[in-house]
Formats: sequence, structure tokens, C-alpha cells
Amino acid sequence: MDVDKMRFSKEHEWVAAEGSDKMATVGITEYAAGELGDIVYIELPEEGTEVKFMEPMGTIEAVKTVADLYAPISGAVKEVNKKLEDEPELTNQSPYGEGWFIKVEMSDPSELEKLMSHEEYQEMIGKE
Amino acid sequence: MAEYTGELKKTPLAAVHESLGAKMVPFAGFLMPVRYSSILDEHRVVREKVGIFDVSHMGEILISGRPAREFVNTVITNDCSKLDPGGVQYTVMCRPNGTIVDDLLVSVIEEDKFLLVVNAANREKDFEHIQSHRISKAQVEDISDAYALLAVQGPFAREVLEACPIFVPVRQKLNSIPYYRHFCFSYNGANIIVSRTGYTGELGFEVFVPPEMAPAFWDAITSAGKPFGIAPAGLAARDTLRFEASFCLYGRELDDKTTPYQAGLGWTVKIRKPYFVGKEALKEEKKLGPTKTLIGLELAGRSIGRQGYAVSAGNKVVGNVTSGSFSPTLKKSLCMAFVETKEAKKGDRFEVEIRGKRVEARRTPLPFYKSRAK
Repeated sequence: MDVDKMRFSKEHEWVAAEGSDKMATVGITEYAAGELGDIVYIELPEEGTEVKFMEPMGTIEAVKTVADLYAPISGAVKEVNKKLEDEPELTNQSPYGEGWFIKVEMSDPSELEKLMSHEEYQEMIGKE
Repeated sequence: MAEYTGELKKTPLAAVHESLGAKMVPFAGFLMPVRYSSILDEHRVVREKVGIFDVSHMGEILISGRPAREFVNTVITNDCSKLDPGGVQYTVMCRPNGTIVDDLLVSVIEEDKFLLVVNAANREKDFEHIQSHRISKAQVEDISDAYALLAVQGPFAREVLEACPIFVPVRQKLNSIPYYRHFCFSYNGANIIVSRTGYTGELGFEVFVPPEMAPAFWDAITSAGKPFGIAPAGLAARDTLRFEASFCLYGRELDDKTTPYQAGLGWTVKIRKPYFVGKEALKEEKKLGPTKTLIGLELAGRSIGRQGYAVSAGNKVVGNVTSGSFSPTLKKSLCMAFVETKEAKKGDRFEVEIRGKRVEARRTPLPFYKSRAK
């Protein structure tokens, strides 16, 4: 996926809104995956549940640490990346590709404006 | 574990870690490499091939002069009265009330020259404890700064050292040295100690070298190890490896409030010894049975029980997790935990509370993992 078309949260999640419909794919950034180290378990919201903008929606267990996962966009969870159940390492290997988390039907696409561009995000992590 | 507030110390291999791009973290007053690449890859390389660790933060206390042996034997719970030069022994040191000051390795370098390898975070505490129980004129020295420590661990550890030019004169010794023995040799005028010990549950060696020689040893071993697939491994992999092998870690399974019987280290307590610090209290505990017991748990699913998480049986909290990890080798979520002894005897079904959710946990024997050859 093209990071320049993605939006980024300060909690290190990304959103890729595809095309003109309200569907968006959500994951965590390469920086976050690298900082967490080896991910061994990802607890994601179930299909059909609603997630709310910047509220906790799951957890990521890495070997050394556990991190909360925040919803970078509000909406209904339409699809969950089932592959991660057995291969959570996909998120380390390909955070913007095969390691995606969920697909959400956005209830308020204007929230995307509150998120950062890739460039802005890079600047933020540079300062961190 | 005491938080270190002063400036962090660097090991003699700091520049090597930097050049390898290690992620460095503060640990026991040192800036230590926690990982170089992926913890899971480093873990795997040690289980399947061979890894090299910088564990120079470990403390070394030398007890020498007459009668060192008798002195050491009064501060440790194990019995070193018959340990011959070249012998290595795992033990704990206890307070008069039976709680653990530290766990350590005792090596007899020569008659009346005993090397104690202690946890970095406990070095000063141990030194004071030993001094306060001295019964003889034997000398107690903290020589931690005189040694860097490299651990070469994994099924090919022996082949790697045998292939390394530095170790050519002692190839025969490397080949025949049994588990928990050490030998010394002279290299460029320095005394090198090679001990067949480790903290990974694999075949391996720990090599004590003068700090200024550490980078040369690291490079030589790494070069010799290339054909065997050697890779540097950090503290995080060291922790997951020791966890699978179910070795206790001070600050986790062991602390100032825990006794060796509780931690499953009763085998290191030689209660028939005429005297040692903690004997009376431990004799009493042995008679009555420890109130808490260290057990292994296998969790349902992949979430991880971490240090401090509550363990319950029925609807009652009966203990807490000391260490928990996803086991890279066994591919299971496992925990070591203390539970009340009477609950441990009752059954093998427990629950671990993970962020408000109770996760099924079934008791499983320790150690979780046993290598075919250590």
C-alpha cells in the first residue's frame, strides 16, 4: 500500500481509505511494529462491533511488552485479518501489507482530517 | 530490583553493540543490548545453532586465602566442601530467616580461591552480605570490573570455540569438559576462564576475559562461528531462553521475600551441613512445608500472563505470575507462578487474570523445555 495515501494517528495506527466507498483498512505503523519487537498475539475487535475514534479497540502482545490499540477511525468492523491469529508476525514483516488488522465501514470519514499525513507522522516520530 | 540512579555503565563491548545496531536498554546499572534484530530469531538461533551474548554486567566476587572453602560453605546453602578445583556449583545465599539474598555460581579456581558469579543488580548487596557473615581471614574482593563475560550458547557452541584460533591450545579440554566444570588457560599473559555453564538451557560456555580483550574475543568467536550460523543475542532472548528452561531469575521468581524451598530450589539446600546462614529457618520450613510453591502454567490462547498478574483457583486469588511469555520453541503461552501450596496440591486448573479477563491456565510441569544436550 502507498503510505502517502494513508493517514496516521499519534498512537501509531494507520488508516487507508480506499476509493469512494466508506471502507477503510487499519493497521499499525512500521515504526510501532519495530519498537514493539516480535508480536506474538493481537487481540482485535470482532466483526460487527463498532469502534470509536481514538478509543481502545484491542491489544498487541509483543515478547517484551503489551500495548493498547486505538481505533484511528470510527465505524463498524466489517472484516478482521484472520491470518494474524496464527501468524501475528505478519505485522512485523509487513505492517502496511499482509499485517493489516481490520476493515472498517467509516461512520465519519471527516475524522481522517484529524489524522496526520505520512510526512507529518515521520516528523512526529523523529521528535519522539 | 533497585533502580539505578547514577550514570549507566558500559560494558567493554559497547562499541561492538553499537556497530551491530543493537537496541540498548538500562539494566542493573548497565547499558545493555536487549536485542540486535528480532528476539524470536535470536532465541531460535540459540536453540538451533549458536548465539553469542555479552553478559559482562554479571558480578564476580573472589574469595581467597585460608580458609576460603569453609567460609564460602557457611554463606551458601549448597555444599561446596567436596567441590574440587575445576568444579562449578549452582546455589543460593540466604539470610538468617531463610529468604534469598541471591542465586549464584560458585567455581573453585584453585584450593582456597573461590569465584562467585552473582547477579549484576545484587552485586553490592551480596558483597555486604558475605562480608557481614565472614568467619575467617579469607579475603573477599569484588572483582567484577576485572572480567568481561561472553556466553556462547547453542548446539554448535563447542564446535565454534574449537574452530576459534584463540582456543586452539585448549581444544582437547573444550572437547572433554563436562557440564558444570570449568578450566583456565593463559592467553597473551591473561588468565581466561572457560566454564561449561549458561542460562539458556542449551549446551554452552561462559568465557571470562579481561575487559580490554573482550572485543578481540567477540570478533574471533564470531568469525569462527560464521559457518555455524552464529548470531549475537540480547538480554530479551536470554530471558525467553531461561524462561523456557525454567531457570529462576532474581527479581522474578527469586527475591528478598522468597525462600529456596518455595522457588523449587530445595535441591540446592544441604540441610545436613553442620552450619550455614539460614539453616535454622530453612530446617523449620522444610519440616512444615513451604507456604507457596512455584508452578508452571499453560494458558489457553495466545495472550500472555505477565509478572504480577493474579492467579486464581475457583473464585479465589491464590497467587501471582512471576514470569510469562509466549514460548518461541513450544509455541504456547506459558507462565511461572507462585501459588499457595495447598492450592497447588488440590488441582491443576487455574486462571490468570489478564487485563480484566480470566484466562484458563492448566498446570504443566517445570521445566517447560529440556534440551537433549547441555
